[in-house]
Amino acid sequence: MLNYLLQRLATLVPTLFFVSILIFGLQQLLPGDPAIALAGEDRDPNVVAFLRAKFHLDEPLPLRYWYWLSGVLHGDLGDSVRIQKPVSELIVEKLPVTLQLAAMAIVIALVIGITAGVISAVKKDTWWDYAANVFALWGLSTPNFWLGILLILLFAVQLGWLPASGYVSPFEDLRANLAAMIMPAFVLGNAFAAVLMRHTRSAMLQVLSSDYVRTARAKGLDERVVVLKHALRNALIPVITLGALGLGELLGGAVLTEQVFTIPGFGKLIVDAVFNRDYSVVQGVVLFTATVYITLNLLADLAYYLVNPRLRH
Amino acid sequence: MAAVVFQELQVTPRRRAWRRLMRRGGAMFGLGVVLLFVLVALLAPWLAPYDPVATSWSAVRQAPGSAFLFGADELGRDVLSRVIWGTRASLLAGVVSVSISLALGVPIGMLAGYLGRWVDAVISRITDAMLACPFLILAIAFAAFLGPSLTNAMIAIGISATPIFIRLTRAQVLSAKAEDYVEAARALGNPHWRIALRHILPNVVPPLIVQATLAIAAAVIAEASLSFLGLGQQPPAPSWGSMLNTAKNYIEQAPWMAVWPGVSIFALVLSFNLLGDGLRDALDPRQIR
Repeated sequence: MLNYLLQRLATLVPTLFFVSILIFGLQQLLPGDPAIALAGEDRDPNVVAFLRAKFHLDEPLPLRYWYWLSGVLHGDLGDSVRIQKPVSELIVEKLPVTLQLAAMAIVIALVIGITAGVISAVKKDTWWDYAANVFALWGLSTPNFWLGILLILLFAVQLGWLPASGYVSPFEDLRANLAAMIMPAFVLGNAFAAVLMRHTRSAMLQVLSSDYVRTARAKGLDERVVVLKHALRNALIPVITLGALGLGELLGGAVLTEQVFTIPGFGKLIVDAVFNRDYSVVQGVVLFTATVYITLNLLADLAYYLVNPRLRH
Repeated sequence: MAAVVFQELQVTPRRRAWRRLMRRGGAMFGLGVVLLFVLVALLAPWLAPYDPVATSWSAVRQAPGSAFLFGADELGRDVLSRVIWGTRASLLAGVVSVSISLALGVPIGMLAGYLGRWVDAVISRITDAMLACPFLILAIAFAAFLGPSLTNAMIAIGISATPIFIRLTRAQVLSAKAEDYVEAARALGNPHWRIALRHILPNVVPPLIVQATLAIAAAVIAEASLSFLGLGQQPPAPSWGSMLNTAKNYIEQAPWMAVWPGVSIFALVLSFNLLGDGLRDALDPRQIR
């Protein structure tokens, strides 16, 4: 186990190194002089000179990368030009909102995706199966911001059941918080449910045709016990791993969902930063999501290793 | 019987794959809808009843009717004409960004797979690093630093989707490299470039076609997403994503503004997904046997 962990950690180092180069390199894409681009509209010569000194713009590129990296390694992601706050502080501030959204979306996706996948595998080639496949195709092909707009139209404008936008902290009013978050969470979880459904279906089909399921059936076990206890438990292993990886993709989807429902989370932070030319925030958010994704990937691998005895031998 | 088998053997793999694709209703439906959108994009100047950017104060937020079939938007522009012209931006974004991914990903993937050793190690780690950033967040970051425009959105989407093609090409090259015919080509003294281009590349193509089709679907959604965020096609030029962004603000007064651009994205993306799924089944070598 320890060997495996060390091996995995060893491959992480070069990946993280290239992630840092990629994110640092983004700055080089800025057309013209970065100091002028960062100085904003007025281009005050004093500000330009200050920025030039601050970001070491007169020094060679590798040295600038080194300054940036040592800052990042000390938890310093730079400062937001517009809000005048450290980027790491802004991320910590906005993260809980997005985490709640993503967590609710994952729960919705797991419930819908796994249920639909199991039904479609057990009832293969029936109308249930076709309906589940149509649902998956719909989920994969619908842009989530459009689904968000349609749901607002139905549940907020027409029926008036849920608020169209806005956010209330769960510590202030849990009921209002859930009312505001349920639509965005469904919108965010929809596409992921489709992915999970497809994977559950194929994993279940594979497991259902295996010898031990045949043995369980031959013993005369109730079909429900066979499906839920013998088959699903084993089929779920790869699905759960995927679930962990899906969280990274959900952070991407959250950008759009938060924009549609005006939720002040992580996604809104990056979009606002883009329009305010607040480049350190953009870099910080990308670096943070990449790190989360890499960590989740590692945890998923370890979980897979732990639950799958064949890998250990 | 023998004659039938002989006849079957004479059919080229390409024709066999095409026949299998034709038998798949979903894939043919997808192909049909994609071709329809291509026609709409090409014939936009003749099909659109109005100028897509012409504003009219007397038609502001007019509901769908005989004058404006899909209604008019907040500046009195015809929604139908804008949806028709928007087809161009979406299709262009899908095709151009996937072409960028292919142009970058295939040669890099071939280099990694064919040369192996440290070249492969470095390329694989860079690919891992790019795959570690969620696709849309990476595309937003690229678009942010390049500046908002349709061209930059296509570049951003193309670069962000490249690692998938690098990984796919690399894996295919690795498996093709171990085949006997490549060994034979090497034994005959063929230079490396000829082995790579003439013997390995053709075997990499089928999975690339499938991935490219599915990637176009993802790129269409990504362009719509970037335009929705204001990082793609800039106003007043029409794009389905930016039309939905405006529609969001008039959801109570003019809900029709939100319907057709979304239906169009959905239909185009669904068609590419159906076509990609069908192609995967048709080109899967396990089914050829």
